[in-house]
Amino acid sequence: MVELLQKRVSSPSELENLRQSILQRRDPNKPCIAVCAGTGCRASGAEAVVDAFVDEIERRELQINVELKETGCPGFCEQGPLLVIRPKRIFYRHVKPDDVPEIISKTVLKGNIIERLLYVDPATNEKVVYEPDVPFYKKQTQNILSVNREVEPTEIDDYIAIGGYSALSKVLFHMSPEDIIEEIKRSGLRGRGGGGFPTGRKWQSCRDARGDTKYVICNADEGDPGAFQDRAILEGNPHSVLEGMIIGAYAIGSHKGYIYVRNEYPLAVRHARIAIEQAMHYGLLGEDILGSGFDFTVTMTRGGGAFVCGESSALMASLEGKIGEPRAKYVHMSDKGLWDSPSLLNNVKTWANVPLIINKGAEWYSRIGTAGSKGTMIFSLVGKINNTGLVEVPMGIILREMIYDIGGGIPGGKKFKAVQTGGPSGGCIPEQYLDTPVDFDELNKLGSMMGSGGMIVMDEDTCMVDIAKYFIDFLKGESCGKCVPCREGLTRMSEVLSNITQGKGKREDLDILEDLAEILRGGSLCALGSTAANPVLTTLRYFRDEYIAHIDEKRCPAGVCRELIQYSIDPEKCEGCLRCLRACPTGAISGEKRKVHALNQGMCIKCGACYDVCKFNAVIKR
Amino acid sequence: MELVLDFPKVKTIVESYSEKVDSLIDSYADKKEQLISLLQDIQAEFSYLPRDVLIKTSQKLDIPLSQVFGVATFFRTFSLKPRGRHLLTVCLGTACHVRGGHRLVDKVERDYAVKPGETTEDMKFTLETVNCLGCCALGPVAVVDGKYESQMSPDKLDRVLRRYK
Repeated sequence: MVELLQKRVSSPSELENLRQSILQRRDPNKPCIAVCAGTGCRASGAEAVVDAFVDEIERRELQINVELKETGCPGFCEQGPLLVIRPKRIFYRHVKPDDVPEIISKTVLKGNIIERLLYVDPATNEKVVYEPDVPFYKKQTQNILSVNREVEPTEIDDYIAIGGYSALSKVLFHMSPEDIIEEIKRSGLRGRGGGGFPTGRKWQSCRDARGDTKYVICNADEGDPGAFQDRAILEGNPHSVLEGMIIGAYAIGSHKGYIYVRNEYPLAVRHARIAIEQAMHYGLLGEDILGSGFDFTVTMTRGGGAFVCGESSALMASLEGKIGEPRAKYVHMSDKGLWDSPSLLNNVKTWANVPLIINKGAEWYSRIGTAGSKGTMIFSLVGKINNTGLVEVPMGIILREMIYDIGGGIPGGKKFKAVQTGGPSGGCIPEQYLDTPVDFDELNKLGSMMGSGGMIVMDEDTCMVDIAKYFIDFLKGESCGKCVPCREGLTRMSEVLSNITQGKGKREDLDILEDLAEILRGGSLCALGSTAANPVLTTLRYFRDEYIAHIDEKRCPAGVCRELIQYSIDPEKCEGCLRCLRACPTGAISGEKRKVHALNQGMCIKCGACYDVCKFNAVIKR
Repeated sequence: MELVLDFPKVKTIVESYSEKVDSLIDSYADKKEQLISLLQDIQAEFSYLPRDVLIKTSQKLDIPLSQVFGVATFFRTFSLKPRGRHLLTVCLGTACHVRGGHRLVDKVERDYAVKPGETTEDMKFTLETVNCLGCCALGPVAVVDGKYESQMSPDKLDRVLRRYK
């Protein structure tokens, strides 16, 4: 974090002057090495790469000639650590600290390309030199994620340089709160956290609600397993979220806001904190924002690792220092929320869309997407897929394009089986629906949902009964226990599914599952319980044959359910290398060097260690 | 009044830290609602929530002990038992699950005789699971003392764990 040059900005013209002075200090042609320092790339070793650059730049005394930036996540986590060298946007991936001296001497100083660091398009086997030409990015429409690669999240000047806080300045001096709400309504923006409720209407009812004190809350308790777009935005561009929140606060007449973020996201916590400090320092947050007379402060709160706290009333209970239990919502949170005051809660992605809508206008925004779902949506495309990462596309993209054109298909030549959307409350969509456009309403029709944008791809090696059991077990653990149907129903469903995966299931079990699903839907206060059965219902609907195979034939077609599979050694293929024998934790494999090994079924615990280490495909799983 | 709680009654380091604990709790005097943050700070200090400190929190901030205890047991983040020298967290998010994350847990359970939430007898490792760390592209993921280990297999994790003393 650099020292901020200016003290306080107290009018729109001062903000413009600041922007101009930042831009004047910068030379767009100066070589800039932008390393992705999001959590994904950090896990692949980005920090060591950054350190190596710092050392190398110092060693060669290039501090004045070369700029180094640690940016947020642009989405292509699979290829991390990622690196872009501006201004030409040369794209290197899987960069290691050892590559750094060569990158400086060859690429940064001389403009030569280092072939081995280039991305190779697996479809064509062609090397790609420039970032915008990478097929994974080319087919996306990045309105929000694109900013992540431009700015260093801990430098407010970067955000201001690209027009940051101009939307705030515009609303404070040129728009009335009613104008703002009208603009948001006309944009067609719907809540990105899962519900898909029209954002403008939510804002309107919170503005209309009676009460002197109102609260604005950013829900960054992204608990859906397999979704990390909120993390990427808060980590990579926290100011866009803050700017959205301040605009929302002004629109409903609130002076106090909270960001509730998962404690499992330490980097997001840190960057959001720094962003708040810097915005306070510049007078973009706090008292008399930009000299408008409007006051608004934001407090950071870390969650305690409870999935249910992503639900608005549970989140607010937890903000009050209580157990995160949801309550009935016949009185909306926009009337009585945090400390019984009207509260406006939106998801990170929803807030990040707000400055965009204000700056570019509702007409522009509503041209993107489908009739009922406007704008872009950020998905996390993960699981059994080649190009794993974050993908920002217009609403209405066809599932098939998403998985094959952007995601690059299934690795290892395996067959696609299903894509799971919407997190634990969503469902599994089979191959015959791959031509469905992705928006709020179409996914609901298939029994799934948009949710927070998680998209987990499954291949032929994924057992759908096991997946249903995974989600039910997850929700069983996360149920707060307040509503009996959820607490007990999920426990019972988990038992039934366990039995099926262990080969102890009966045909009647399927009816029990469907009955319980109905009870859960009708008898739970919050969405955790009422949608909990979706993974079971959709797998029963589309993959009933897999359940039947487990029940009637005591067979797991995907070879996942441990009680139903057996490992053995193929004497034709075994070379007697001793590898599996050494790997076996229970000593179930016997044999001598260069002689065929044997597996004792009685001692086998089916851990699969032998299967993993065999180089000759001699371990058979069935 | 004797409080009977199901905490392990170990001699903690709390006494020697008592001043630090006092000032930590006092710093929340005017923001009692941020109980979760306070407990997180306490846990950062001790690696778990010692019984004495919870009682002290309740008394000093005038929050019912039932509420302090309720919050401390409701949220996954908190541990009421002392934790090992190293914290091993295995991600069991959906993406890690379909890539075999549970097999990492199986391996650790076998090799170190611990279940998730437990600590090895020699206090070396505490094994925990988490439902997604948001680095799904790199799954299965395990985290040791905050260091992310990506694309793990049971074998690779074994080699990683051997590095810790």
